[in-house]
Amino acid sequence: MIEINNISKAFNGKEVLKGISAQFQKGETNLIIGGSGTGKSVLLKCMIGLVKPDQGNVLYNGRDFYHCDKETQQSIRREMGVLFQGGALFDSKTVEENVRFPLDMLTTQSPEEKRERVAFCLQRVGLEQAAKRMPSEISGGMKKRVGIARAIVMNPAYLFCDEPNSGLDPLTSVKIDELIKEITEEYKITTIIITHDMNSVMEIGQNIMFLYQGNKLWEGVNTDITKTDVPELKEFLFSNKLLREMQE
Amino acid sequence: MSVIGKYFIFLGTLFGKGEKLSVYWRRLMEECVGIGVSSIFIVAIVSTFIGAVSCIQTAYNLVSPIIPISTVALIVRDMEILELAPTITCIVLAGKVGSNIASELGTMRITEQIDALEVMGINSSSYLVLPKVVAAMLTFPMLVIFSAFLGILGGYLAGTLTGVITERDYLYGIRDSFVPYNIFFMCVKPFVFGFLIASISSFKGFFTSGGALEVGKASTQAVTNSCISILVADYLLAQLLL
Repeated sequence: MIEINNISKAFNGKEVLKGISAQFQKGETNLIIGGSGTGKSVLLKCMIGLVKPDQGNVLYNGRDFYHCDKETQQSIRREMGVLFQGGALFDSKTVEENVRFPLDMLTTQSPEEKRERVAFCLQRVGLEQAAKRMPSEISGGMKKRVGIARAIVMNPAYLFCDEPNSGLDPLTSVKIDELIKEITEEYKITTIIITHDMNSVMEIGQNIMFLYQGNKLWEGVNTDITKTDVPELKEFLFSNKLLREMQE
Repeated sequence: MSVIGKYFIFLGTLFGKGEKLSVYWRRLMEECVGIGVSSIFIVAIVSTFIGAVSCIQTAYNLVSPIIPISTVALIVRDMEILELAPTITCIVLAGKVGSNIASELGTMRITEQIDALEVMGINSSSYLVLPKVVAAMLTFPMLVIFSAFLGILGGYLAGTLTGVITERDYLYGIRDSFVPYNIFFMCVKPFVFGFLIASISSFKGFFTSGGALEVGKASTQAVTNSCISILVADYLLAQLLL
């Protein structure tokens, strides 16, 4: 379980996050939604240690990420898998080398063990045929899947996905969503997804948090979200014509 | 001043928590190929022509009958060893290697590849930058020795083929009044310049933010700042070591 308490962050005096608190459960897909510039990505970066919050703490199964010793912080980092918005694959490495990279850097596994683990992860995301290709030779959807394979190669306890559907066609988006949900349930991972894709919200959002101008305005499950009374959330949800028509 | 302070803090992070030695060795070899071996062609072309032009122009200016013609070769040799090979070659390398390093790291930064390393708990500056700096410090002196040899050879070819100096005079001139210490001086310069080019370019690339436009700006600044630092360091080294 991940718990965030009273997270605040400001850049050049402008408050981006204003005292956000939440709990993210194990084995569930937790979604953080909101419009552009509402602080979703900054919150994610605060959680994974790329941006230090001005105030508050982040607890990973009770271990305070920002107030613990270096070894504990390092061990928490090794339990994290992160899927970045653009995949963040290393351009100079093949798909296989990208997935193997955390194993090479952080473990003492034998080459055979690494090969087996990489093959398993690539097979899990359906990319065993693309192992020898370079990132520049594969599509956006495939890059995201390689990113997922790299994120799960170390058997993470926590999976973070920053807009996993951005730039993908609707069909590929659904496949990526399904893959993340399957992996979350299969390995009992605590998954946190940043998104503004309404399809993801309705399909895989087991626990949803809505951010607006750095504040948490709503939290709940996907079956309740359309019944919300929060005007900002209603505006965000029903800006989609299809959902608006469904509501009417 | 704050940029200079940030640069020194950045240099400090290179020696922070590191990775396995085998990882650094592999990275160092990759960078030696990328920085050193891939620069051989441009260094060869530039050095040969600079040597050839130095010979022709020196001969053109040395018209006094009391100065022996072998002095042309002596001047070409000393110019190559003391200044042209180390400094001009490193300025050329600042353009080639410096812009390459800055744009590579800048692109890695804006495409979140550096963030990916940091999230894994890897010291990204040490993993990415330290091998580049060490590779530059190792390969630049070799490239400069190669450059000096080709420069003197270029002078020989231009001089003898055009008839401004005979083979015998040229060979006599390049051996006349030779000071071995100058070779040491020639090797110290690229060692220092290699450090400056690789670290300044890495610094510029590593802290890029924005998009493609900023990567281009970082690359330009890397080359400009590297060239300025080379010229300042060149003067200081000459003052200190000669």
